[in-house]
Amino acid sequence: MNDTAVRVGVDIGGTFTDVVLEYGGEAFSAKVLTTPTAPEDAILDGIGQVLAKASLSAKDISVIIHGTTLATNALIERRGANTALITTQGFRDVIEMRSESRFEQYDLNLVLPKPLISRAHRHTLAERIGANGQVLKSLDPAEVEALAEQIEQRGYDSVAVGLIHSYMNPRHEELVRGILLARMPELSVSISSEVSPQMREFERFNTVCANAYVKPLMKSYLDRLVSRLNDMGANCPVFMMHSGGGIISLESASEFPVRLVESGPAGGAIFAAHIAARYGIDAALSFDMGGTTAKICLIKDQTPKTSTTFEVARTYRFKKGSGMPISIPVIEMVEIGAGGGSLAHIDSLQQIRVGPESAGSQPGPACYQQGGERPAVTDADLLLGRLDPDNFAGGSIKLSSERSASAVEQHVGTALGLDQTTAAFGISEVVDENMANATRVHAVENGEDLSGFTMIAFGGAAPLHAGRLCEKLGIERLLVPPGAGVGSAIGFLRAAFSFEATRSTYMRLSAYDPGAVQNVLKELAQEAEAFVRSCDTTSPLTYECKAYMRFVGQGWEIPVVLSEADYEASDRSAIMARFETAYRALFGRTVEGLDIEVTSWSARVSTPVPPVAQIETVSADNEAVSDVKRPIYDPIGQKFDEAAVVERTALNAGVAVAGPAVIVESETSIIVPASFEAVMQPDGCLLLGRLESNPQTEALS
Amino acid sequence: MNSGTQSVSNQVMWNRLISVVEEQAQALIRTAFSTSVREAGDLSAGVFDVAGAMMAQAVTGTPGHVNAMAEAVGHFIREIGEDQIFEGDVYITNDPWKGTGHLHDITMVSPSFYRGKLVGYFASTAHVVDVGGRGFGADGREVYEEGLLIPIMKFALRGEVNRDLIKIVRNNVREADQVVGDLYSLATCNETGHKRLVDMMDEFGLDNLEALADFIFDHSRRATLALVAALPQGTCENEMTVDGYDESIRLAVKLDISETGILADFDGTSPAIARGINVPLVYTKAYAGYGLKCAVAPEIPNNAASLAPFTVKAPVGCILNAVHPAPVSVRHVTGHFIPDLVMGALHKLLPDRLPAEGASALWNIHISARPNSDPDGPKGDQKAEILMFNSGGSGARPGLDGLSATAFPSGVHTMPIEATEHVGPIVIWRKELRPGSGGAGKYRGGLGQVIEISATPGHEFDFSAMFDRVANPARGREGGGNGAAGSVKLEDGTVLKTKGRQFVPAGRKLVLELPGGGGYGAVSERDAKSRQYDLENGYVFGAQPEE
Repeated sequence: MNDTAVRVGVDIGGTFTDVVLEYGGEAFSAKVLTTPTAPEDAILDGIGQVLAKASLSAKDISVIIHGTTLATNALIERRGANTALITTQGFRDVIEMRSESRFEQYDLNLVLPKPLISRAHRHTLAERIGANGQVLKSLDPAEVEALAEQIEQRGYDSVAVGLIHSYMNPRHEELVRGILLARMPELSVSISSEVSPQMREFERFNTVCANAYVKPLMKSYLDRLVSRLNDMGANCPVFMMHSGGGIISLESASEFPVRLVESGPAGGAIFAAHIAARYGIDAALSFDMGGTTAKICLIKDQTPKTSTTFEVARTYRFKKGSGMPISIPVIEMVEIGAGGGSLAHIDSLQQIRVGPESAGSQPGPACYQQGGERPAVTDADLLLGRLDPDNFAGGSIKLSSERSASAVEQHVGTALGLDQTTAAFGISEVVDENMANATRVHAVENGEDLSGFTMIAFGGAAPLHAGRLCEKLGIERLLVPPGAGVGSAIGFLRAAFSFEATRSTYMRLSAYDPGAVQNVLKELAQEAEAFVRSCDTTSPLTYECKAYMRFVGQGWEIPVVLSEADYEASDRSAIMARFETAYRALFGRTVEGLDIEVTSWSARVSTPVPPVAQIETVSADNEAVSDVKRPIYDPIGQKFDEAAVVERTALNAGVAVAGPAVIVESETSIIVPASFEAVMQPDGCLLLGRLESNPQTEALS
Repeated sequence: MNSGTQSVSNQVMWNRLISVVEEQAQALIRTAFSTSVREAGDLSAGVFDVAGAMMAQAVTGTPGHVNAMAEAVGHFIREIGEDQIFEGDVYITNDPWKGTGHLHDITMVSPSFYRGKLVGYFASTAHVVDVGGRGFGADGREVYEEGLLIPIMKFALRGEVNRDLIKIVRNNVREADQVVGDLYSLATCNETGHKRLVDMMDEFGLDNLEALADFIFDHSRRATLALVAALPQGTCENEMTVDGYDESIRLAVKLDISETGILADFDGTSPAIARGINVPLVYTKAYAGYGLKCAVAPEIPNNAASLAPFTVKAPVGCILNAVHPAPVSVRHVTGHFIPDLVMGALHKLLPDRLPAEGASALWNIHISARPNSDPDGPKGDQKAEILMFNSGGSGARPGLDGLSATAFPSGVHTMPIEATEHVGPIVIWRKELRPGSGGAGKYRGGLGQVIEISATPGHEFDFSAMFDRVANPARGREGGGNGAAGSVKLEDGTVLKTKGRQFVPAGRKLVLELPGGGGYGAVSERDAKSRQYDLENGYVFGAQPEE
């Protein structure tokens, strides 16, 4: 990557559209309100702003990399196309029957999420592929013709095709698509064997439905965006960030828009991974806390953890199972309803609960004075001294401590007989504990022990809570990078072109067939390569293959990374050894006497990540001086301490700020707990390290 | 520290403890072999104080294990003997009367020591793949036929696993590797819980759990009793007829609601029978407690104090208090009706809060597939044991339609049919909603489903039936119609039994029609929009009858 390139990252979020422009080693950013009816308006506005700051014009832009929550929002708000599903006879209701379970055991009035495509729009064909890909009942073209006629008459904009076992044999799905397109060449058709060729019909069908549902919308948006950019003089290539943390072409994105879901948060994880690479950190935890949710991602060896399935549009307190599953390669994240706007209340046990309900930006926390009556996390933060009421969001919003105090007192303090400060502390502790618990469970699920991890915190509310979260998780080091407010957009500029192709092909190791394995992986690599080559025709490519494996009889596959030597080998021994090592790392032991099976394979092809200049961490060579102090509540000592107030911009590399302190910047404040010391680094990151003693142990006894 | 911040700390620790047992449960799910644990959540995990009182339980899990496991730890402490409890020990049982109601559930308890002192226990329960005997099914006449019973004993003594026990298990069960694997999974998940507890005690500077237990129990007791006290006091009764093995069974309950709690007395219930659908009292308690808790105190976490106000009694020897050596293998098929039974009684005191009856009992099916035995037919070469979980419709709620094809009261999931077909030589030709099966009403009952299964060419299968609501459909409430009854047939109409092992020859299809849930309120009051929606989507056939 050369320094004369002008690279622009654009992230459309629910509230803000963030634009970052990098040129000649400098970065310029803009944050503008998202314009939901015509999202391209905000982008053009934001690009205009950063161009002006950089004294450049639109024609100077070399490349734009874009990520967006539009697809996610369309799924959440059910604003997609008029879509039909064509499926196998006998399986019309797969996406409605879900897992046949209730995600909340004790709620008699539970409401399950409605299927994306209602029963009236789900059509069936008398055909059937078997578990080994054999045809059990062949497809009758005349029946498809008749259905195509119906589809045409009913005026659908988009069609999803999901047939049983199509990941083993896509022939029937392809035939159906051929007949539909022969009759209606303009019809948008998505088939499950292309969108998500993975076993498990509910997940695969739902994924192809989601793709079909958002496809017309996303295509029209992306077409408009390109034409508007051309109009403003930006004729550069535009690429899209996908949920797996890589970049794909606009054409691929239009064909598989479901891959764009969660692209914003993926950018955040890439941003954190880049910081981790800069500091040579092998075990990092990214912590992104905004107004409504907190997102946590494990980053090992500077690569975010990935998964093959996730859930969007959770309808019930972010609870697992209450959303819709999407089976695509994705950066794995835990998202919980904990943000600055999360509201506190008292439950029937006289306990403080926080979130997932959020005050959002309208009316916002009580302290915004925009009509919010109930206490939010931001109100608690204000009362605990963590925020400066006169200098919030660059001074654009004046915060009222009185409003916070009365909201906290009225809704929490009075009911529990707690004074204002203790009630605020209670709210803050509960939200921090919620995030800590979600993080711990996620770490356990991934077989990780957090004690050696470094946290990388970004997002508006994260620097206020990251220190406490580190204390709770036993994490010793915390990095707070600059530009944390536009982290995702910066992350887009750090991503490589990449694509991961995945397919379920079932194989037991006792019947290992090296030829078949090499074929599958070769095909997957070629498929992924084609996506990457459509963006970049020259760079050398890197390949990573994985097998998803388990003992026969288990239900959870674990991802096992394979080297070329493993799958080129003529027998199963290498791949078996890889599995056993991975299994032992996760669960502490292996099981003797059982056969091992592979359920799916994947190949990820990417261009090299640009080399990251390593930073030599500097240690403290002098102490920051500050005459300004303000009282900040210490959750361990459980009292207010006089804390130094330091401007971030006034700190040079090597300057240390000992806790308790608050480092202020225009977007947010960084709280340095009493148990930590912050040292400014050459790249503008603040590195917080835990001081030797651990006062927590004494404090709560 | 002032009392205010102490209260905040206690609350934080309570949340932490629930997270600790959730981690324990997740560790079990990720490593278990048993289909019902890993795919279907048929497990339980919890932490107990030194006296054996449950302090917290994982949210993940199914209600059948809730109260049952809560009582188990007391049995373990008594039988092992307090002076024989050492660091590194792990205890085990699958005694249906001291564990969770049938031999397939293995319960393991591990004492938790902190700085050399006993501070509590971790317990976990999982449904294992096999326990020997006849296998999972209703046909046993005594518990001896149902498999190996492991009395309360040490699985590990000071960290050393009891090899003799492992040998006995290995030689008495099918799929020995998987079963032994699951024993280790249970022990490991308790260990996971213990490690997290140690971290927590380090962090908060605790020496023991007594003050925290007091805090949890005190808050839970007060909150639960406040909710109970707000109910109308008095008694109410209900009875229900279910299919049973070969003749129908009467279930009866009388609830006595006072300020101190709710007593459910199952006097009047039919006697136990010589088939494996009998229910030990622990399991009756579990589901009675679950039904009452859903109705009265759904948001209070499970622990000894929040469960204590719900008490149960049943005549010794009735089908809801079956005693050794009664067979109990598929006790769920009877036990799953208990919430319907108690909620039906409660409805008489608490109108407009409780749902109509639903399909309730899961339609689990255990399939043993093998090569075709007909000498003239084509012959395949595959053999497999396959377990499927399937659910009918739940009852309509006052204000909401019932849930279609969704488990209630059980908390289990179904499995993808694509995964099931990889397990063995069967084809599932149909698994979809059953139109017209939801009970009519102002609020419609949930729909059941239709399932069609055959062996792949060259194969045949036996299946173990454990189905109900074929002779006795789910009843509607307040004028709502009954849900459709279930049926078990071959595709040519041959009627099969609802319980027990039966044969499906090569080339034939088994057709299961699962029952729907009952409706709530008169169908004449159903709004036009909902009627239209039901018709458009084919949830009902043609025009719904007006009453």
